[in-house]
Amino acid sequence: MSTVPVRLNVNGVKHTLEVEPRLLLVHALRDKLALTGTHVGCDTSNCGACTVHLNGEAVKSCTMLAVQADGEEVTTIEGLGTEDDLHPVQEAFWNNHGLQCGYCTPGMIMAGAALLAENPDPSETEVRHALEGNLCRCTGYHNIVKSILDAAGRSSSEVSA
Amino acid sequence: MSVAEQPSGNVGKVMRRKEDPPLITGKGRYVDDITLPGMLWASFVRSPEAHATITSIDTSAAAAREGITAVFTGADMTDVPAPLPMAWAPPGVQVNNPEHWALAKDAVKHVGDPVAVVIGEDRYAVQDAVEDVFVDYEPLPVVVDPEQAIAGEPFVHDSLGTNRVHEWSLAGGDVEAGFAEADVVVERRVVNHRIAGAPIECRGVIAEYRPGQLTLYSATQVPHFVRLFMALLLGIGEDRVRVIAPDVGGGFGQKLQVYGEELVACWASRRLGVPVKWTETRSENMSVAHQGRDQISRVRMGAKRDGTITAFHVKILADFGAYNMILTPLIPSLGAFVMGGCYKIPNVQTDIVGVFTNKCPTDAIRGAGRPEATQMIEVTLDQVAHELDMDPVEIRRRNFIPAEDFPAATATGVVYDSGNYDGTLDKLLEHVDVPAFRAEQEKLRSEGVYRGLGFCTWTEICGLAPSRVTGPAGVGVQAGLWESAMIRVHNTGAVTVYTGTSPHGQGLDTAFAQIVADKLGVDPAVVEVVHGDTAIGPEGRNTYGSRSLATGGEAVCKATDKVVEKVKQIVAAELEAAPEDIEVAGGKFSVKGSPDKGMALADVAGVAYIGAVPEGMEPGLEETNFYDPENFVFPFGAHACIVDVDAETGKVKVLRYVAVDDCGNPVNPLLIDGQIHGGVVHGIGQALYERVHYDADGQLVTGTFVDYALATAAELPNFETDRTITPSPVNSMGVKGVGEAGTIAASAAVTNAVIDALRPLGVDYINMPLTPMRVWEAINEGSAAS
Repeated sequence: MSTVPVRLNVNGVKHTLEVEPRLLLVHALRDKLALTGTHVGCDTSNCGACTVHLNGEAVKSCTMLAVQADGEEVTTIEGLGTEDDLHPVQEAFWNNHGLQCGYCTPGMIMAGAALLAENPDPSETEVRHALEGNLCRCTGYHNIVKSILDAAGRSSSEVSA
Repeated sequence: MSVAEQPSGNVGKVMRRKEDPPLITGKGRYVDDITLPGMLWASFVRSPEAHATITSIDTSAAAAREGITAVFTGADMTDVPAPLPMAWAPPGVQVNNPEHWALAKDAVKHVGDPVAVVIGEDRYAVQDAVEDVFVDYEPLPVVVDPEQAIAGEPFVHDSLGTNRVHEWSLAGGDVEAGFAEADVVVERRVVNHRIAGAPIECRGVIAEYRPGQLTLYSATQVPHFVRLFMALLLGIGEDRVRVIAPDVGGGFGQKLQVYGEELVACWASRRLGVPVKWTETRSENMSVAHQGRDQISRVRMGAKRDGTITAFHVKILADFGAYNMILTPLIPSLGAFVMGGCYKIPNVQTDIVGVFTNKCPTDAIRGAGRPEATQMIEVTLDQVAHELDMDPVEIRRRNFIPAEDFPAATATGVVYDSGNYDGTLDKLLEHVDVPAFRAEQEKLRSEGVYRGLGFCTWTEICGLAPSRVTGPAGVGVQAGLWESAMIRVHNTGAVTVYTGTSPHGQGLDTAFAQIVADKLGVDPAVVEVVHGDTAIGPEGRNTYGSRSLATGGEAVCKATDKVVEKVKQIVAAELEAAPEDIEVAGGKFSVKGSPDKGMALADVAGVAYIGAVPEGMEPGLEETNFYDPENFVFPFGAHACIVDVDAETGKVKVLRYVAVDDCGNPVNPLLIDGQIHGGVVHGIGQALYERVHYDADGQLVTGTFVDYALATAAELPNFETDRTITPSPVNSMGVKGVGEAGTIAASAAVTNAVIDALRPLGVDYINMPLTPMRVWEAINEGSAAS
């Protein structure tokens, strides 16, 4: 199949890739750039494990073609923070047991970071709605919500009713 | 010890996880993250038919496509000597077990059954080529409904002449005599419908065969089982097979399996001489990775006027789908072992009939038989209470096995290790003010708001082991279910723990490090925990059945105790003291009463590895333990759920969920709460949202996450968790399992809450899932037919 060039700025590094026009952004990141922190958990844009930032906004990289990101800035979990310099949302996930198997975690953290960039002081309800596009099977979301609120400097209520 | 007390050591403390730094920075390593040189990709051709004979397969067009290396069908795999394994052979019970091949040979039995595999150079190219494999199917009659299947034709496997898989019973006392004593008997048809495991990481494998050596990376919970069966099915020495479970993105039982795709990848790698990778799509996962539950039960509970339960009789029709997987027919029996729940019931009987249908096979999914049993007990008990005009809390208290009875033998002979059921219920009621709730409920009803409170008090059987019960001479699992651990203290005093368990999110690296650190007087940070690689460490029995702490953790304890024993001897010799006078305190092994004079573990390791050990002692500092407990462990708890039901639309909203659990002594409360949260949502999902649905033709309607409704954060409340602590006498730590607890409790608590809300509208039962449509129908029928 013929290929086309795509220019991506990923985590501050410029790349020019030759890709099939149908290549999904997530596979460009994972298979072409070896950025395997961005995961795939479904075929239907439901699970959000593939969430990255495109020009600072959370997008599902399984629902975009790499060519649609041509010339744009992409941030993946690897670009958000490192073990020695964690992003506040990453730190909060660690402190609050916001992850178990870790598979949905990069997408959750990217979704949480995008929410806080847009709304630095969200309510618990706003956090829960912001995560509607991200599925987790391990945590029951309790500690994920708590982590994002913690990163925003808030504690989650004991009872949401 | 009260929950609030902070322990002096690491065990019992909240400690954030050692596992997390790579996982929160995108540096985890799951199977699909791994690329090997020269690796090819595999994609499977799967049946669109629920039941059909394969009349021809034309692979030529696919094979001719650019980038395609090979296309294989079942006819190519003639060198595989046996079908996929089923490892349950209960003594004295006939289990019909049809052949189940990794690639279908002549016929397909459910949608998604694999027919061929395409292997090529690229993830996308192989999926394209799958479309060019032309298979002619001759459709056969389909049976989807288990009650129809058990009645007769059509048969899923004609050669068996029946759809019946097996019959199995467990009885204690005399249920008919018990019903004769009863003043009230409640009968129910309880459906525990089919759900998916739905780990967010689908399955995946990479097989690399090099002459004489097979390495398989698999997203599995059971690398040790997979190694054994790959060796047997491929005719390779078990010592030459290495199975690696790297980071695994959730299992929930679905990855407790030996799957055909694992075998096909290994076989194809050997055939082609290159590594072969397969990454499952979600659509495949929903149609072919084993599912759970799917039981229709006729239950009867009898009680005296004072609420005392006299008999409980359950007849389960269990839908196993098209084949037996590794433990399929055993699963309902796990529920039978605790069919009396936490109640003193003199007469209990469970009769199980397994049946084949043209659906995806079922096997263990989180809870495995025990959520079903709890649902049967708890929803029926609530109805008994209602008919006796008793409070649901009161009827539970009246029937609890009293704390002083433990260890307590149940009517069926199962011995519960420890329990204090009033204790968890008391604590629950500290959180839930029932009189205040009832007053509010009454007031809200007058305003047209239907709020309900449901309870579930429960126990379960887990920590799967001991071999004497689970093994061939006992229940009939064709394996011992012990666990192993090896502790290596390195030259520098760093410690590595090798466990035969295979955690995949539970946080055992942290928990085991806490345990070992206390015993060896080191920081948990210097204790590394290694698992999921059959080439490293002793043979193991993997992770499932809430076993990893109670069984695997105890093996870690015992292996560490052996190390400590040796350390004490070395220290005693160095300090000219008696070994029994050496204790670990303040990071040092020292003589009791002389804490200043002592040796840190690193100093002891130095002595051990330069060989300056006491005469007759082996050098080095490394010990192994294989631990096979005397009994299972039996966690328990009391859960309450408060819901609002919209009587106009039938929609249920969970307002509060309170879980008081007792899993013995806590090792890390953070991990316990996390397990409860996730487990509870699995149960809430079953009760309200999730259902694997097939239409009458055997077509899977819920094949993606668009159609299969996993709960999102927006549907759920925060959870309130609390604990009581009743140590298990079975192991030295006094611990029990907690991985499945929430799931075992939650569906019944939710169901009871919904029914409690709707009783004024004449509803006394609704089968799960309590979707708006079902609830609305129940409301509008006045009382739902079950």
